[in-house]
Amino acid sequence: MNPSPLLEITDLTVRYGTGKQKPAVDNVSLSLAAGETLGLVGESGSGKSTVARAVLGLMPFEGTIKYQGENLAQVSPTRMRAIRSDLQMIFQDPYATLDPRMTVGRQIAEPMLVHKIVARSGVSQRVGELLEQVGLAPDMAVRYPHEFSGGQRQRVAIARALGVSPSLIVCDEPTSALDVSVQAQVLELLQELQRTQGIAYLFIAHNLGVVRAMSHQVAVMYLGEIVEYGTSDEVFSNPQHPYTQALIDAVLEPDPSSRHRALTIDADLTSPITVMRRGE
Amino acid sequence: MSETPLLEIRDLTVRFSESAPPAVRGVSLRVDAGTRVGIIGESGSGKSVTAMSVLRLNDERIAHYGEDSSIKLDGRELLKAPMSAIQGVRGAEASMIFQDPMSVLNPVFRVGHQVRDVLVAHQPGLRKKARALVIESLDAVGIRNPSAVYRQYPHELSGGMRQRVMIAMAIASSPRLLIADEATSALDVTVQAAVLETIGALADDRGMAVLMITHDMGVVARFCDYVYVMYDGEVVESGAAEDILTSPQHDYTKKLLASVPRLHGDQPRTA
Repeated sequence: MNPSPLLEITDLTVRYGTGKQKPAVDNVSLSLAAGETLGLVGESGSGKSTVARAVLGLMPFEGTIKYQGENLAQVSPTRMRAIRSDLQMIFQDPYATLDPRMTVGRQIAEPMLVHKIVARSGVSQRVGELLEQVGLAPDMAVRYPHEFSGGQRQRVAIARALGVSPSLIVCDEPTSALDVSVQAQVLELLQELQRTQGIAYLFIAHNLGVVRAMSHQVAVMYLGEIVEYGTSDEVFSNPQHPYTQALIDAVLEPDPSSRHRALTIDADLTSPITVMRRGE
Repeated sequence: MSETPLLEIRDLTVRFSESAPPAVRGVSLRVDAGTRVGIIGESGSGKSVTAMSVLRLNDERIAHYGEDSSIKLDGRELLKAPMSAIQGVRGAEASMIFQDPMSVLNPVFRVGHQVRDVLVAHQPGLRKKARALVIESLDAVGIRNPSAVYRQYPHELSGGMRQRVMIAMAIASSPRLLIADEATSALDVTVQAAVLETIGALADDRGMAVLMITHDMGVVARFCDYVYVMYDGEVVESGAAEDILTSPQHDYTKKLLASVPRLHGDQPRTA
């Protein structure tokens, strides 16, 4: 274990609403080393996206989140802005994060100009380079988001995140809206960027196959808590928690033998609504 | 196999515009009574348009079927039938369920009443017994505490429960064919597995055939006996699900299978 990880989350708790209910994220501790990928898996309502929102400073939280040793709850707003440029994000639906009325070139340029990473004069050349890096043509900079396919839009979102040379990208379901063949290409691109630029990923997904392919470490979340945490191989080859086992068993794979695999979980127990109601 | 198939699509071509190529081109497929058949393909492959054509759910102000296209349900031609006849087929002989139950369920009515209305519309004679029958069918689709759920509104139910309500609605009049268009795609994996199991059990109990439209080879592996692979409006390959999964012949099918990140078996991190 690296003595000072890039991202270190200790006893993170996030509450929505009045705070009387079970917290959405309940006492979660995680750490991520530079240049590695930490996969966070879980089903709807497990709290995985809320962890991401807290890390990005989009949610008030209890506990500590340290980024490169700095406690994010205590840094000044000015310092937080600087850290933001090192900490980028991509989401499931790139269409929702791209402005439909702005060319993609301007949108890729914007964060670099805000963080004063390039001069205005050099920006269009840099945008062209970024587009090439994500497998698009530099002359596509003048086009608008609706002129791109879903996979291409996700590449644009990745180009925009790359512009500020981040050390960490939080990826929240980055490929779940894409067709499988396109998903494979985008995952390949993310892995290549990690190899060449040493970017770390906090990689959130519900698809266990995707998480396994991408992650060094994996944490499994269930109802706001981490129920299993270890290397990708440990978690998927030798799961210890019954929920992890159930999740793995429920995965439908393109393999004829999966026809005969039996269900091992009462699916209602994975819905926080059902579980909470029963607990009342 | 020599009997009349329950559903037989022959040379189906669907065109939405004179200038653009057809969305579906020369598709032929068959579903025998009581079997589970899949259509797999990615966005834009034409799989949903094919499925929607069976119940004539495409917008026919803009959708045009080919001259020689034919869709027969139990030997009866549907493509040239008047809409009034199609109304009698929908829900009664063949039903369809979709990815998003919220677009089917009315948010301001109790779910039990919505299932009841469908039942009574097809079988007016059952009005008196309707409530009991609806509770029975909610129970059959795996809803615990069906009499309480009968009185609930759609927003009070989880995604999996809503999907079960939609299935209850679709099978209320015991159709012989259920068309499921990405019906489990939006569900969490554990819920998806459970809902597929429910659909499978209902199909087996009632001898109902299922035409499963999906983008997910995992669903094909878990559920289907036979599968058609669609790409760019055409069927590029078809066969027993097991054969397609283990020895695909067409390049596109091979690519589709290779694209799926596997969890089971030895395929560790690629980087």
